[in-house]
Amino acid sequence: MLERALIGGKKYWIWVFILLGLIFIGTLFYLRQFNTGLTITGLKRDITWGFYIAQFTFLVGVAASAVMMVLPYYLHNAKEFGKMTILGEFLAIPAVIMCMLFIFVDMGQPFRILNVFLYPTLHSMMFWDTVALGGYLLLNIVISQVTLGAEKKGIYPPKWIKPIIILSIPWAVSIHTVTAFLYAGLPGRSFWLTAVLAPRFLASAFASGPALLILFAFLIRKVSKLDPGKEAISKMGLIVTYAMVINVFLILMELFTAFYSNIPEHMHHFQYLFFGLDGKSTLVPWMWTSVILAIISLILLLTPSLRKNEKILGIACFTVFGSIWIDKGLGMVVTGFIPSPFGKVIEYWPTFPEFMISVGVYAIGALIVTGLYKIALSIREEFQT
Amino acid sequence: MGIGRRGFIKIAGLAALAGAFGKKTGNIFATENIIDTTQTKESLVGKRWAMVVDLRKCLQEKGCTKCMDACHKVHNVPAFDNPKDEIKWIWKESFEHTFEEQEHEYTYENIKHSPIPVLCNHCDNPPCVRVCPTQATFKGKDGIVVMDMHRCIGCRYCVAACPYGSRSFNWRDPRPFIKDIDPDFPTRMRGVVEKCNFCSERLAKGELPACVEACEEKALIFGDLEDPESKIRELLKSNFTIRRKPSLGTNPEIYYIV
Amino acid sequence: MYDTGKIIGGLIIFLLLITFPVWYNAIGGKADMMPKPKIVTDAKQCVDDAAFMKTDHMNVLDQWRDLVVRDGLRFINAPDGKRYEMSLSNTCMSCHSNKSEFCDRCHNYLKVDPYCWDCHIEPKE
Repeated sequence: MLERALIGGKKYWIWVFILLGLIFIGTLFYLRQFNTGLTITGLKRDITWGFYIAQFTFLVGVAASAVMMVLPYYLHNAKEFGKMTILGEFLAIPAVIMCMLFIFVDMGQPFRILNVFLYPTLHSMMFWDTVALGGYLLLNIVISQVTLGAEKKGIYPPKWIKPIIILSIPWAVSIHTVTAFLYAGLPGRSFWLTAVLAPRFLASAFASGPALLILFAFLIRKVSKLDPGKEAISKMGLIVTYAMVINVFLILMELFTAFYSNIPEHMHHFQYLFFGLDGKSTLVPWMWTSVILAIISLILLLTPSLRKNEKILGIACFTVFGSIWIDKGLGMVVTGFIPSPFGKVIEYWPTFPEFMISVGVYAIGALIVTGLYKIALSIREEFQT
Repeated sequence: MGIGRRGFIKIAGLAALAGAFGKKTGNIFATENIIDTTQTKESLVGKRWAMVVDLRKCLQEKGCTKCMDACHKVHNVPAFDNPKDEIKWIWKESFEHTFEEQEHEYTYENIKHSPIPVLCNHCDNPPCVRVCPTQATFKGKDGIVVMDMHRCIGCRYCVAACPYGSRSFNWRDPRPFIKDIDPDFPTRMRGVVEKCNFCSERLAKGELPACVEACEEKALIFGDLEDPESKIRELLKSNFTIRRKPSLGTNPEIYYIV
Repeated sequence: MYDTGKIIGGLIIFLLLITFPVWYNAIGGKADMMPKPKIVTDAKQCVDDAAFMKTDHMNVLDQWRDLVVRDGLRFINAPDGKRYEMSLSNTCMSCHSNKSEFCDRCHNYLKVDPYCWDCHIEPKE
């Protein structure tokens, strides 16, 4: 099956080589980081998690979102998702791999990573996060291999894969919950110390992931003879709508608790994000962009006539993805450290090497998505004709 | 036909996993070397080491940095030119930043902007220990929150978990930035977290922590909370003390006499 | 079989290449120069048998590391009755202070690169 990723037209190979180039550049920057240390990033004593960990957090959400197709299809017989579940699983695999890569590039001693398994620590949420992510990767590899392999042979998949697929549903929810647990149990970081963090993570994941999948569905229509189906895309649009509504609602709940209680410790983080604090306001324009994108997305998604128009749905998906990426990929992690434990506002921005390493990791993910989707599409096309 | 490509990849994957853990499993066959450990007569042994900082004495000396200098010298703590790489084990912050919940508009002027020595609190219920995925940081039997530099993977989860900002990460190799290397104590390498260790290597030789010894005002008092006769228990009985962020439940063991 | 000559010839060339380290060093290379680490110290004995130390010094150091760092135990009663601090830099290197003539001789020969010295301070030579 894997050899199908090596058969493609000119545009395919140009895309692959662009990605390989970005990966190569990212690797060079990473070697510099490996030799010198994480000092080449924008991280500092008071802000010890930044762009890498934020991308990890965002991508765990994307990985978990495959469940939003598996669940309706396998638990509720929503037949229209039949063709799309493989696309969700083939997005989940590179997403989890990117998560692991972002953790790897963020670590101070990456070659000691096996210590997490040699000295398992059951009271550490990071241990459970590695277990959950590793397990989810294995699950998706097995599920996609078995179901696609069966499709290639033109037969039904074996019965024993069904309970494994059902297992992937709570497992998908748990990977993002345990990632939220990394943050939500830390007594010293009041921005993260909220019960609503895990629900917010899940809601934003189930909005941004399916939004990306809808965009991929449109792309597939353009580059191949396949069509995931108007029904499937329309239902996914509905899922994105509900998830985005819940996500925005939860954010508003957080704002209410912070500002109505008027407790400085709770308010400070949101003041920093939306208005600036102590004269520091790097993230303010970004956060307001995220807000505007969210409002636009809700207007477009909540109006049925607009949502049913596929071009407008595409725009809405871009705004959903962009808004949530800014929220999780820029705002969420860094703000946990601002103000510092001493009440000081110290800012962070990724450096150029840090950014290029991240681009390299994203390119690795994009390459895997490209390869896997090529395999799935070529099998489908063959089967259809 | 053979096992085929897929079968080969499966077996290779399993073999790689087995290899990764192979060394540990191989150790089953290693013979145990028995080591007879002992204590010296002079070793200071305690069950719950803690410290009292007498701010009345500390604030007598304006601009004094003797505790910080002593600690950083004895432990080869580097001094970086770029502030973002900063590593510190014990340092001074103002009262309003250290005790934010206690500070108000009319805080006693003498103390409002005064520098307070801060260090790892060696909490009884440390959140950093709770989150460490490899137990590289753990609570020793003597109450000290220990850093095992050999096991630390540099994930910085403990730094995020610490509510007091006591921990520093080595963003780069510290060796070039240590002025006079003290040969009796190792340095650290890049990629690991470090913090105050309550001078456990000095306690083993019967010496008090470097900061305690260096303070000329004798403002730092070190002792075992489980020893009812200790000086520290006497001070806690006779003076009102505050601790940093006590409501978080970490039970910090650095007590400040205001 | 087909192309017998080419196959046999290729196999011979392959065998020659793959056994290169063996015959090259046997002929006149430096492989027979076993490293001789030099001990320059007044102490009569190491913390344990020399033969045991030769094979197991890394295991001893690992054990010392765990006892000191994780269990907080710093001193041992050695088989010779003396009391030692379990410390690479302070105990081992106090006798074996000539690291380049002692430790490095075997380590370099075997291309072993222990990273202990990234943190633990080497004695000045």
